[in-house]
Amino acid sequence: MLREEELKTFVDGTTRYFEVAAQQPATIGSPYLLEGEAAMHDYTGMINVSGKREGVVYFTAPRAMLTVLLMKMQESDFSHESMRDLVGEVANTISGNARRDFGHDFVISVPSVFSGEKPQIPQPPGARAFVIPIHWRSHSAKLVVSLT
Amino acid sequence: MSSGYPLDRRPVKLLIVDDSNIVRRRIERSQQFDDLQVVGTAANGFEALELARRTDPDLVTMDLTMPQMDGIECITQLVKLKPAVRILVISALADKATAVEAMERGANGFLNKPFSDRQLNEAIAELMY
Repeated sequence: MLREEELKTFVDGTTRYFEVAAQQPATIGSPYLLEGEAAMHDYTGMINVSGKREGVVYFTAPRAMLTVLLMKMQESDFSHESMRDLVGEVANTISGNARRDFGHDFVISVPSVFSGEKPQIPQPPGARAFVIPIHWRSHSAKLVVSLT
Repeated sequence: MSSGYPLDRRPVKLLIVDDSNIVRRRIERSQQFDDLQVVGTAANGFEALELARRTDPDLVTMDLTMPQMDGIECITQLVKLKPAVRILVISALADKATAVEAMERGANGFLNKPFSDRQLNEAIAELMY
């Protein structure tokens, strides 16, 4: 079962992503245990995790935040496809970076992306889901880590 | 960025492989070498091999986590197809074992995502200049 101290890996990964990719740090709120379903924003990128751990890691963000993030990355394409691409890449990067601490057997999938429809989030038995709030500029997003 | 190489040196042909359009464009936009010419971009290993046959790249930036054919398999096939090609892995997978496996398969360098422009250009320079 995911321990609270292991969340630091994902908090650090999120911090690093915004510092490097957006060149502007995000403020990470206190993680909390998710009860029920997390409220989704406009776009969600989800990574399935298998191997040593099982579950999902997903990043969900509003369109307005993603638009600014793309601008900070010098992008000029703000299409629906770019938004989908970006949430998938954020989820992939943070999950992939977690292998620094979780090791090679923390196997991650290619991203699944949801927008507009309610995503089906797998919940393996014994998994605990934590929400990591992300505040960046005037926007808020979430990283949800649900792992055994 | 000037490479400092003789003016008659032929361009270095770059193939960019990543399943994210944003990352492919970012690499293309951020590389600062006058003599680096992007000859193609691919979203998975199959596309990369096909483009490598057609464009004969000198340098390939290679993502690892991709649909259809992942980067590790693509590296294995690419070095058989183009033994002289230099491969810079650019991946979010941050464990040491993945980097070692990629190098054993034939990669020449490894850069973790997320990366800054400076880190990208230093990694390219280390392989090609």
